[in-house]
Amino acid sequence: MARQVDVSLAREFGLSADEYQRVLDIMGRLPTLTELGVFSVMWSEHCSYKSSRVWLKQLPTKASWVIHGPGENAGVVDIGDGLAAVFKMESHNHPSFIEPYQGAATGVGGILRDVFTMGARPVANLNALRFGDPADPRTKRVVDGVVRGVGGYGNCVGVPTVGGEVNFHPSYNGNPLVNAMTVGIAPTDRIFLSAAAGVGNPVVYVGSKTGRDGIHGATMASAEFDKNSEEKRPTVQVGDPFAEKLLIDACLELMQTDAIIAIQDMGAAGLTSSSVEMAGKGGLGIDIDLDAVPQREADMSAYEMMLSESQERMLMVVRPDRQDVARAIFAKWELDFAVIGRLTDTGRIVVRHQGRMEADIALAPLVDQAPMYHRPFTEPSLPAPLGEVADPAGLSEALFTLIACPDLCSRAWVWNQYDATVGGQTVKRPGTADAAVVRIEGHRRALALTTDCTPRYCFADPAGGAAQAVAEAWRNITATGAQPLALTDNLNFGNPEKPEIMGQFVAAIRGISAACTALDFPVVSGNVSLYNETEGQGILPTPTIGGLGVLQDAAQAVGLALAPDLELVLVGDGAGWLGQSLWLREVTGREEGTPPPVDLAVERRNGDFVRGQILAGGVCACHDVSDGGLLVAVTEMALAGDTGVTLSPTLGGASPHAFWFGEDQARYVLAVRQATPLLAAARAAGVPAEYIGSTGGGDLTLPDGATISLRLLQSAHARFLPAWMEGAA
Amino acid sequence: MRAGIVVFPGINRERDMAIALERSSGHRPRMIWHRETDLSGLDLVVVPGGFSYGDYLRCGAMAAQSPVMRAIAAHAERGGHVLGVCNGFQILVEAGLLPGALLRNAGLRFLSMDCHLRVERADTDFTRRYRQGQSFRAAMAHGDGNYFADDTTLDRLEGEGLVAFRYATAEGAVTPEANPNGSARNIAGIYAPNLRVLGLMPHPEDLVDKLMGGDDGKPLFDGLAAALAA
Repeated sequence: MARQVDVSLAREFGLSADEYQRVLDIMGRLPTLTELGVFSVMWSEHCSYKSSRVWLKQLPTKASWVIHGPGENAGVVDIGDGLAAVFKMESHNHPSFIEPYQGAATGVGGILRDVFTMGARPVANLNALRFGDPADPRTKRVVDGVVRGVGGYGNCVGVPTVGGEVNFHPSYNGNPLVNAMTVGIAPTDRIFLSAAAGVGNPVVYVGSKTGRDGIHGATMASAEFDKNSEEKRPTVQVGDPFAEKLLIDACLELMQTDAIIAIQDMGAAGLTSSSVEMAGKGGLGIDIDLDAVPQREADMSAYEMMLSESQERMLMVVRPDRQDVARAIFAKWELDFAVIGRLTDTGRIVVRHQGRMEADIALAPLVDQAPMYHRPFTEPSLPAPLGEVADPAGLSEALFTLIACPDLCSRAWVWNQYDATVGGQTVKRPGTADAAVVRIEGHRRALALTTDCTPRYCFADPAGGAAQAVAEAWRNITATGAQPLALTDNLNFGNPEKPEIMGQFVAAIRGISAACTALDFPVVSGNVSLYNETEGQGILPTPTIGGLGVLQDAAQAVGLALAPDLELVLVGDGAGWLGQSLWLREVTGREEGTPPPVDLAVERRNGDFVRGQILAGGVCACHDVSDGGLLVAVTEMALAGDTGVTLSPTLGGASPHAFWFGEDQARYVLAVRQATPLLAAARAAGVPAEYIGSTGGGDLTLPDGATISLRLLQSAHARFLPAWMEGAA
Repeated sequence: MRAGIVVFPGINRERDMAIALERSSGHRPRMIWHRETDLSGLDLVVVPGGFSYGDYLRCGAMAAQSPVMRAIAAHAERGGHVLGVCNGFQILVEAGLLPGALLRNAGLRFLSMDCHLRVERADTDFTRRYRQGQSFRAAMAHGDGNYFADDTTLDRLEGEGLVAFRYATAEGAVTPEANPNGSARNIAGIYAPNLRVLGLMPHPEDLVDKLMGGDDGKPLFDGLAAALAA
């Protein structure tokens, strides 16, 4: 592979001409092929965050319960009882279009490693998936592969997949989004970090052998797609969940000893990024001998080994007197263990292979002089507000349209492919509550977990929509009775070199920041995925929020299924906001108007009230109101509990369709034995609340007296995904 | 009851099983690494669920070759109790301790959902806390749970009362609709002739706590604990 190193090769590697000049200035000579490879992956958007770094600094990241915010492999939050929750969400978008199964599978694998590399046993996985229009011929293959891949990897590794979301929209036709989140538990006094320490200490490679898969994966993730994107298949990594399971077990066993000084997983840009980051954070240098790297294929070059993204590998700095203990543990689990280098005091990364010096780069400029761009942006303009919209369908027909549509239909087809019970700690499985609830083994307390984003809101109003995503995550956690503590964010956007896209990003950061501050819900980790565009067509801005909260006692968790003989109370109020609603889109075919405003103070007041009522006992079911509005929320509760509802609200000034399908924020439906005390408590707390109906029987009775059988609603709700995915092509 | 849980590389439901056994017996079971061969002193040996060896080759095929399997066979020969759940059932079948084979689910997809099991006989150490014909809920999580055996074997199993559980409705009707994975004659679990070795695909150990969705599976472990109390 005797390619001439020059600016055109640099451009193939994803560097701009200016960035290449910066490389020349730092090196003071022509770089070797391997050195150019190192710069190109470390300075890729995916690894360096060059377009987003300057804005991410605005995000609120602190609270008294935050142990580690952004900057480590995952965020760490104190959840009490001497325990920490370690969590993060990451994207694997571009690979999932090229090779859906492996793209999704390795997305799950990568985020698992980011969590257990910190010493946390993974206890829950979630995933937020965005797919294209079901009518587009490419979509079905992507959905099938991604769901199989998420399940195939997560189930084998033995971590329950307990929640997430699935959305469809044409803007994702060539750019599916796979955002995978993992949550782990570690003792607060045993968190492992990645900064290397101890000149002369051995640098150890463990896990699977290195092959040629995934080379330049980081670069592929940093670029748009075009007609030739199928050729990028060799850039997709291939996962082995069995190897990952062994790696988890081996690492957690080793972490019980004092052998590990620093540890980092090999993810994007593989050996390059892990060694650069570990040595860089420790202010040291690192010498690597590639002859010692376990190799799966013959005659691999230095360039290939440094850039390979072969999965299921970790890099560790080990105490010299504990090498044998470590080696024995990895031998027991039948994983490779190789000393491939040493820490030095030179501040340089030096890579040797077969007697040749392949790379010799000063770490400080590689890291500190990575490009950071203040890309030009235009402030997004809001759409015109929606005026009056007549109801073309009536409540009943609209309800059937909504609960049968791809964005609201039953997702059982998806989550029935994910093992949700392994570990024996899942208190609330998918579909049973607004957030997944997982107890911590051996303790009473439990985690409440969710992923949320409403991309159509974010397209219409990026700042407002991004705030809404945070608010919805906070509400979903609250609706189970849990206290929201912190979040991880996965910011998926189009091409940042376009000012209007950069403007969406900047506004979204602003919206997220405002919501985090108002709700005491800081960002502790996250990921940015840019360039989600194909042939100039970008995705809806999708800032996915992964929320985490805690219940002191798992037994207090509340789900959304109704039982007979209960009374329903709507907490919160609104004008019947139809702008950017699913009703507007699915029933009238319009994607217009501004999204429902988010009043963060009201969100807090209403949510704190609801949580207090749940923890005081007496709330049998709770569901927040979001997509589809109030009638859809009530229907979802009825279907989950196979229990009918008789609705008899007092209407405000809004017309029926606006009242029942409006997506006004900060609202919850509570099912209680007696509405009266709840209404009195709400009045005393200054929280709007009204009685809207009672439960029982086998029908949904609408306020105009029309009855719809639950059987019919159930079958409409259950139809779409199985019919589309399993039916004739 | 002194119980041991065998752990192969890739097994992932050993903790669930330990929790269930401890709830019913009051004793923490011993974890047995697959390279160990000394099972002396154990009343019950459990082969739990997971993806041993990543399901490479065939589910359970590689684990069935492990040294501990000879010890398990000897334990069974001595009249010891053996419980194989999900991957454990697959391993027992691959090792020849139980007849038949577990094929890909008929729908060709991994299935994670609840099912109902009808108790075919309530007079074994595993089912003594259930009633004959009772239908109870169990969790499932498998991609290869489709039980198959030729008609001669199936007739023999039925004739000798060795079918332990069948997939059924909540009311106990054994119907095609209640069969989630295509298993022959809705068979979810079977016994060895001495009724002390049981293999089943669903996970009773994941429904032993109302907080986790129900405790329909608890009687299985209660029955064992009572039968094997020291």
